[in-house]
Amino acid sequence: MTDARAVVERVVRESYGRLMAYLSARTGDVAGAEDALADAFMAALRTWPDAGVPSTPEAWLLTTARHKLIDRARHDRIHAEATPALRQLVQDTEMMSDESAFPDERLKLLFVCAHPAIDRSIHTPLMLQVVLGLDAATIASAFLTLPATMGQRLSRAKTKIRDTAIAFEIPDRDQLPDRLEAVLDAIYAAYGSGWDDVTGADPRRRGLTHEAVWLARVLLELMPDEPEARGLLALMLYCEARCAARRAAGGDYVPMSEQDTRLWSTPMIAEAERMLDSASAHHRIGRFQLEAALQSAHIEGALHGCVDWPAIAVLYEGLVRVSPTVGALVGRAAAVAEAAGADAGLGALDAIDPASARAYQPYWAVRAHLLQRAGRPRDARDAFDRAIALTEDAAIRQFLVRRAHDGSTGGKERSTKDQEIRSK
Amino acid sequence: MQFVLLIYETPEDLSARTNENRDALMGPWRKYYRDLVAAGVYVTGSPLQPDTSGTTVRVKDGRRQVQDGPYADTKEQLGGFIILELPTLDAALEWAARCPTARTGAVEIRPVSDHVRELVESGGDTSL
Repeated sequence: MTDARAVVERVVRESYGRLMAYLSARTGDVAGAEDALADAFMAALRTWPDAGVPSTPEAWLLTTARHKLIDRARHDRIHAEATPALRQLVQDTEMMSDESAFPDERLKLLFVCAHPAIDRSIHTPLMLQVVLGLDAATIASAFLTLPATMGQRLSRAKTKIRDTAIAFEIPDRDQLPDRLEAVLDAIYAAYGSGWDDVTGADPRRRGLTHEAVWLARVLLELMPDEPEARGLLALMLYCEARCAARRAAGGDYVPMSEQDTRLWSTPMIAEAERMLDSASAHHRIGRFQLEAALQSAHIEGALHGCVDWPAIAVLYEGLVRVSPTVGALVGRAAAVAEAAGADAGLGALDAIDPASARAYQPYWAVRAHLLQRAGRPRDARDAFDRAIALTEDAAIRQFLVRRAHDGSTGGKERSTKDQEIRSK
Repeated sequence: MQFVLLIYETPEDLSARTNENRDALMGPWRKYYRDLVAAGVYVTGSPLQPDTSGTTVRVKDGRRQVQDGPYADTKEQLGGFIILELPTLDAALEWAARCPTARTGAVEIRPVSDHVRELVESGGDTSL
């Protein structure tokens, strides 16, 4: 006999986003849909053990949540204007002959979470909560915030969605590129929050890389013809594939060029390759495809013991053109140095706006490394000091300290590659 | 649902209202106004006189405190407002982006509070 709790857990895992999207798209009220759905899950836990699990659990939950919404609207005169939407909800639900086949509105929900009227810094937490069902405390710890603060910010965003009537719709074609970029950025930021924790020393921050990959898969399922969605998933899979090799047994940070490639996940790399291939078939290049292609080139290089630096420099050239971030500019400088020598790389670094480079750790790490190679040890020491001061992660700090003291390691190491991949 | 567009104009636009460049300013506004009316979304609205004409009032301890000037003294001034009837914020963003001032100054969108208005207008609701 099926355990009711196990079924509820499975539905939460697999269908939470779809149920949330369906309910909130019809009422325009994310917080209201969350509450109703939470009540429905509670009711399931109460009644299913005795009455048995219904044949279509999702439909049962949807119907129950819908009733909760209607009950609440009757008691709640403050948002009486939501009633027509609720009437529609009743009709829609009743018209579904097979209630398990309710329409998938998650794409609209993703666009709402990353809406330009919502503060950018809350896009990712909002997505994690309303699409994946993560609680505020989990999200708060991943973003190193207090749970109460995160809860307040999430609730403020949801109030704005409801009270300003943000549209649950796929943006028009003229707005779509910008809006999609916001969705992709938010998913990638979820990945970055986990990736920053190189050592894995902080268990609170490891989980979100998986959530980010999950979100990227959802997005791809909803937008199969969008090459950047493929590019994003490919990029994250390339990074995930190397996860186990990023630290040594003792916890030391291992730069990409020194990683044990046997620890890399071959199936993940193969899936990333397929993703990137199918993305490029659309002939619409973009930031995430380029970043994925850079990962691919580095991985190929490491596997075959020969990195194609001129090709990497060309990819960075393209990346700088579509997305001229300081991360891309520093990456290009590092590639130029490998392809054309340390002095050429330093020239590229010098061309970067000092204001944007001042507090950007990878800039100083690459600079230190290139100065060392160019035979300017004193300047290199200063740059290492700045890089070390800007490094939060203890393992990377130790790595840089070792490099600073050891100028004789030659020119092969890529001390900052792993930080560059999360370039903003 | 009603949205208010608050039109924040630059000093240059405000002074262009009265100088010889007036048509360059008014032409796009006339077209924008016609489009709003033709689309059936326009409720009401009006330009305001410059903020030097503003007078700000507070009552403290029963005494009226009147001050010459606007409530917020900023470089860009609240130069007018438009009320539109629209279904979503996204539709309001669409119209705000077409406002001539969006190119030179800024347009803030605020939904009206139906709830508070009902409380005020009904006069006797004590359900809060």
